Amino acid sequence: MTAALTHPITRFIARRLLYSLVVLAGVLVAVFALVHLVPGDPVRIALGTRYSPEAYSALRSASGLDRPIVEQFFGYLASAFTGDLGVSFRNGDPVTVTLLERLPATVSLGVVGIFIAMVIALPAGIFSALREGRISDAIVRITSQFGVSIPDFWLGILLIALFATTLGWLPTSGYRPLLEDPAGWLRHIVLPALTVGLVAAAIMTRYVRSAVLEVASMGYVRTARSKGLPPRVVTFRHTVRNALVPVLTITGIQLATILGGVIVVEVVFAWPGLGRLVYNAVAARDYPVIQGAVLLIATLFLVINLIVDVLYAVVDPRIRLA
Amino acid sequence: MSTLTGESTRVASWRLLLRNPVTVVSAAVLGVVVVVAVVANWITPFGVNDVDVPNALRAPSGEHWFGTDELGRDVFSRVLVAMQASMRVAVVSVAFAVVVGVMVGVIAGYRGGWVDTVFMRVVDVMFAFPVLLLALAVVAILGPGTTTTILAIGIVYTPIFARVARASTLSVRVEPYVQMSRAMGTGSLYILGRHIVPNIAGPLIVQTSLSLAFAILSEAALSFLGLGIQPPQPSLGRMIFDSQGFVTMAWWMAVFPGATIFVIVLAFNLVGDGLRDVLDPKQRTMIEARSQR
Repeated sequence: MTAALTHPITRFIARRLLYSLVVLAGVLVAVFALVHLVPGDPVRIALGTRYSPEAYSALRSASGLDRPIVEQFFGYLASAFTGDLGVSFRNGDPVTVTLLERLPATVSLGVVGIFIAMVIALPAGIFSALREGRISDAIVRITSQFGVSIPDFWLGILLIALFATTLGWLPTSGYRPLLEDPAGWLRHIVLPALTVGLVAAAIMTRYVRSAVLEVASMGYVRTARSKGLPPRVVTFRHTVRNALVPVLTITGIQLATILGGVIVVEVVFAWPGLGRLVYNAVAARDYPVIQGAVLLIATLFLVINLIVDVLYAVVDPRIRLA
Repeated sequence: MSTLTGESTRVASWRLLLRNPVTVVSAAVLGVVVVVAVVANWITPFGVNDVDVPNALRAPSGEHWFGTDELGRDVFSRVLVAMQASMRVAVVSVAFAVVVGVMVGVIAGYRGGWVDTVFMRVVDVMFAFPVLLLALAVVAILGPGTTTTILAIGIVYTPIFARVARASTLSVRVEPYVQMSRAMGTGSLYILGRHIVPNIAGPLIVQTSLSLAFAILSEAALSFLGLGIQPPQPSLGRMIFDSQGFVTMAWWMAVFPGATIFVIVLAFNLVGDGLRDVLDPKQRTMIEARSQR
């Protein structure tokens, strides 16, 4: 029992978990502060032209903004931990329910997007690293710079113009739930996932390339080569396999980034996910929804990073000993 | 290299930089972009909001190089002025991020102790929000507009500079010349200004170039959503948004503003890459660590 508790990996996980909790506490403070940083009265701004004294006082007391700030903060913490993120300023719907309704669309877009990115980035990055300094390496590097530099919404619009409007192969926008209509889901997800995936592929290709190059410069790779192992064996068993460990990390981070960063792509494709929810909420100054969505996405981001770091430490003991 | 004096190291760096044709071409493109952005208001052939409905949706021609939009406005003139706005937002917001981020990072790295812990935890919290989400949160607080856009992008990119500056400071702090200066009783401010900042400039310059690229993309995304630069001021992002209904009828409405963003961002990225090879061989700059977009 004590041996398990003092095991380096247990201690690493405990330390990493504690760190995530500290950051999460900071995130909670920031999200709570959001509505209080609004210059002027957030309820008045949110109501806009629908303002009437009755609506104002009703919304103000429903959102708890009439209570002392310390009380509000601890109230917010307490309800956040029980999964209650308040109600929308706009339609009175519970924020938690809305978020959970929107989550599947964003997760499916993120997962398919990262899958496309991996399918492109792994072979491209490995190929580029193995041919370091040659013309083919330069072509891969330049192409990936193109992908990093292209505005994702523009890419999405161009893909719609080509594959949906002109060729008519795929729908221009919209979403079908996977469980109700798998074929429709697939047809609708191709273009948005391709938009997200191509940009992520460009970023990941560069990481795969530098990860492979770094491993290739290690002593054990030289040893393997000098003891006469066939180049193919050295490349795949010694170099690429070890390079996959850092690639795992960046894949996790990319997935987290996509989940929080697909706002514009979701708007282009009328994709009913978290991103479009945030966009509509910002445009309508619907603060409880903004706060809830920001909190959810930041938490997802932290959890994915935590999982990735722990996996990394399990796979590569050098990390936790450092 | 270590035997070279400061002056000849600088000359050698320039020579290395100029030997890379990709970097030279990209820098030349950026030079043209900057000049055009500065003089944009004087060289536009048409007013950016001159409506000419009979000539709406005209294809590119000798008169209208980039065609006209659904109201007959000249797309070329609008692209030039919108490019100027993009560059202004990017430069001012990244300047903000550099100044604030470097101050935070250098102080944290040099002082260490609780100052470092507090500053870096704040930076960690900011990193927990994806870039565009953080920018949208700032817009939600302050309301849309050019000033908000600058502030939002500036805040979003501050933590990156704080981390790069801190990491570089930590490695410079233990150098003999800094230790010696400290032992001689030199004041902290003097050491920071004379020894630390000049010696961490390399990675920061690289990061600045890369961040300018991402700032242009962020501004375009915010303006696309209608939450950045507001009409009647033209913006590249909003021009692309407005083109959505006309993509098959008037491809030029989408292609030219998008291509403009793409070329500027690509040039900043390629210059950043070239600078990295010369100024930051230890790769202290985060490549796109935690991906900046």
